[in-house]
Amino acid sequence: MDAAALTLLALSLPFLGALVAPLLTRLLGHNAAWLLALFPAAIVLHFLRFWPEVARGEIVTGGYEWIPSFNVSFSWLIDGLSLTFVLLIAGIGALIVLYSGGYLKGHPQQGRFFSFILMFMGSMLGLVASDSFLMLFVFWELTSITSFLLIGFDHSREAARRAALQALVVTGGGGLFLLAGLLIIWNVTGVTQLSLLSSFGAEMRESPFYLAALLLVLGGAFTKSAQFPFHFWLPNAMEAPTPVSAYLHSATMVKAGVYLLMRLNPVLGGTTEWQMLLPLFGGTTLVIGAVLACRQTDLKLMLAYTTMASLGLLVMLTGLGFPHAIEAAALYLVAHSLFKGALFMVAGIIDHETGTRDVTRLGGLRSAMPLTFVIALAAALSMGGLPPFFGFLAKEEIYYALAGPDRRAMVFAALAILGNALMFAVAFAVALKPFVGARVETPRPAHEAPLLLWLGPALLAAKGLSAALLSDLTHELVSTPMATAIAGAPRQVTISVIPHVGVPLALSLATALLGIVFYLNLSRLRSFVATILADIGWGPDRGFDQFMRGLVRFSVALTRRLQSGRLDVYMTTTFVVVAAVLWGAPLYYGELPNAPFFAGDVPLHELAIMAIAVIGLLAVVLAADRLTAIVSLGIQGFAVAVIFLLYGAPDLAFTQFMIETLSVVVLALVMTRLRLSPSDHRPLGQKIPDLAVALACGLGFGLMLLKVTGIPFDASLTEFFNLYSKTIAHGANVVNVIIVDFRGTDTLGEIAVVMITGLAILSLVRLRAGSMRRIADNDPDAEDRA
Amino acid sequence: MKSLIFRAVAPFLTSLMVLFSIFVLLRGHNEPGGGFIGGLIAVSALAIYGIACGVETVRRAIYFHPMAIAGAGLFAATIAGLISMAARVPFMTGLWIYPSLLGVEVPLSTVTLFDCGVYLVVVGAISSIALSLEERGGE
Repeated sequence: MDAAALTLLALSLPFLGALVAPLLTRLLGHNAAWLLALFPAAIVLHFLRFWPEVARGEIVTGGYEWIPSFNVSFSWLIDGLSLTFVLLIAGIGALIVLYSGGYLKGHPQQGRFFSFILMFMGSMLGLVASDSFLMLFVFWELTSITSFLLIGFDHSREAARRAALQALVVTGGGGLFLLAGLLIIWNVTGVTQLSLLSSFGAEMRESPFYLAALLLVLGGAFTKSAQFPFHFWLPNAMEAPTPVSAYLHSATMVKAGVYLLMRLNPVLGGTTEWQMLLPLFGGTTLVIGAVLACRQTDLKLMLAYTTMASLGLLVMLTGLGFPHAIEAAALYLVAHSLFKGALFMVAGIIDHETGTRDVTRLGGLRSAMPLTFVIALAAALSMGGLPPFFGFLAKEEIYYALAGPDRRAMVFAALAILGNALMFAVAFAVALKPFVGARVETPRPAHEAPLLLWLGPALLAAKGLSAALLSDLTHELVSTPMATAIAGAPRQVTISVIPHVGVPLALSLATALLGIVFYLNLSRLRSFVATILADIGWGPDRGFDQFMRGLVRFSVALTRRLQSGRLDVYMTTTFVVVAAVLWGAPLYYGELPNAPFFAGDVPLHELAIMAIAVIGLLAVVLAADRLTAIVSLGIQGFAVAVIFLLYGAPDLAFTQFMIETLSVVVLALVMTRLRLSPSDHRPLGQKIPDLAVALACGLGFGLMLLKVTGIPFDASLTEFFNLYSKTIAHGANVVNVIIVDFRGTDTLGEIAVVMITGLAILSLVRLRAGSMRRIADNDPDAEDRA
Repeated sequence: MKSLIFRAVAPFLTSLMVLFSIFVLLRGHNEPGGGFIGGLIAVSALAIYGIACGVETVRRAIYFHPMAIAGAGLFAATIAGLISMAARVPFMTGLWIYPSLLGVEVPLSTVTLFDCGVYLVVVGAISSIALSLEERGGE
């Protein structure tokens, strides 16, 4: 197997795992987690092989043609950025699978859960490994869909369903913005692959479509990465089981937006717009997220809002354009994935073992859960940015980047200090407060977590420590290649755990001191923030509900307007459009037909037949009751059939006779069934417009036929069929040979349509007006009343 | 329908029309006719029978549900196309054999089978509509 095929296999492994997960879980119960974790582990092993090349700064691409005619391929791009993401996704994914084995032990749908988690993993891997735009977009939307499934996993609760739908609408809608943005980039640069894009940076930035492309891409990235004001779906997504929150909504999926911005930084970045919009939205999100986190008492919600704040910090750093800001973003992204994943899993353990995750109802757990306490503390120290953990390196690098003398740097440094201090306080509120102090009675007697539960967070916390201690190796393998890929130019990361006296260290100390102050006054801070929020009273979360409600109202109103439910309105609309088409084009282009040429000597029998047709028509119009009208229509039809016969189309005439006969019979039967009034009761005011539409249609068709027959007839098809009908298809009747042999596949389609139409009519006939129930009327006002 | 003459004649008329429809179907390849026209004639025959003697009689007479007949027709037509693929020629290519029955050479082909499929679909689908309309209309 060559390398390309192996990579393709690695990218599809999670989906294969998703296929077998339910079966394995049925056989092995929660222990299936050990086997299923092998799938992501194998992916890690496969991608580790790229490490030496990527560390040297090389870019590995590969793939297969997908739709060559549209220049669309299924191809991947492995550089420092995507390799880091792939290893984080697959590595944390393996731990999450193990953790879910313990967390959802005995859950009747555990197999389904494994399946969803693995499907998500596959989508996320595909997203970060994609080289082609289309593949990126497809996987981007797949992560939204799998996230929808996972948030709504507990689908019997309404809150979970609402949160799932909200996440899907926001992130899936954002995906459409991304698609539009990518299409603009494609149009401007003419390439469909990210790896080829970097050389078109200048062209893209000078294009008149730059701002449009930027705004659309930001629309995709900001919704996915929960930037204010699109952040509201992320806290609601905490309705999902905790492994999902740890994996999708902190470590991986929400970073997809950041990933996109980092990936496009060499192409779109560096402009005034980029350096204004990203720090603006990122900084706002950082502060708002950190402040909102303080208000919460639910462990998961506190962590969710700090995740939002961290994402804001990442977006801000990506957009600032200062030296070292990119390096800081790279370090912080990795650090955040490690400590936040661990902290979420710790929150899940506390919830699982004590029955509550309300921080005010927890205390003194350290004796009952010593191991969990150690893990939580290690993760919190990293989150607080204290040595010797990886979070410390990231924070030093952040302050190193922000410690510039100019005013812009000072503003963002102040924002970063405020945000980091608040996150510091929240980190210890989550990881320290439940474990220290007096023992508080919990719904379930607290005890230490089983191996499956603590293994994942323990490894993540240990990784946070070892990555910092071995900082030279970490930088060589991860940070430097990643920063290089984001910047699009060689970068070098050198920071280590040994602090150097200087401005960054001073800022770090200030952050820690401020954080301790916040931690000690957390309950006061909480009530203060709650008062402010109560005074505002409105948020994007409620706005979302109002938006959805308004959307449904609008569509109900629009549908009522367009779909009157009256057949005569539909018919009139259809025929007015037909008449407009028939008359509009010839009049506009001046292509009206010439007056027809009458040969003087029309034989008497032809005149007689035409007279019969006209008499039939007059009889239809003047008929006193509907049955007479139907029969009169038959007269006209027979007259036309006779004309066909006279002009040498016996098959057509034959069919026309049969059709006319049958339609008279069927229409008469329909009439008896519908129990319509026997005659026509339309008022004159309606009859005249109807007459006008009918005349316009009839005359329009007449004009078109005159025009068409005025064009010289191309006889090549006739000659072909006459020549080959007997020799190739063994039939003398050309019409029949065309139907069943030359164009047989068409006929097959047509008889399928006849069959389906028959079924549809049959079910309509069987409907009884009395027994019809409205399936769903989707009327929000009616729901309000109910 | 009350008319005694009509009810007496209808079974014979229907039989003749169905027979004629099969004749039209089979001669279609060389003379005016074919599956579509033949099917329409057969439907008219069934409609006449239904008006004269009641829908139940017709349903008993044709034994199968009309939609089942239509389905069988669609199936036969598809099979006719697939036979060609089994013979390693493109889908829907006409294949002919000339077996000798009682000393007479009878040309048979996938095209004939296809035309019979068309005939059955038309008979089934349209008679199904007509019969269900007659059924309700009589109430």
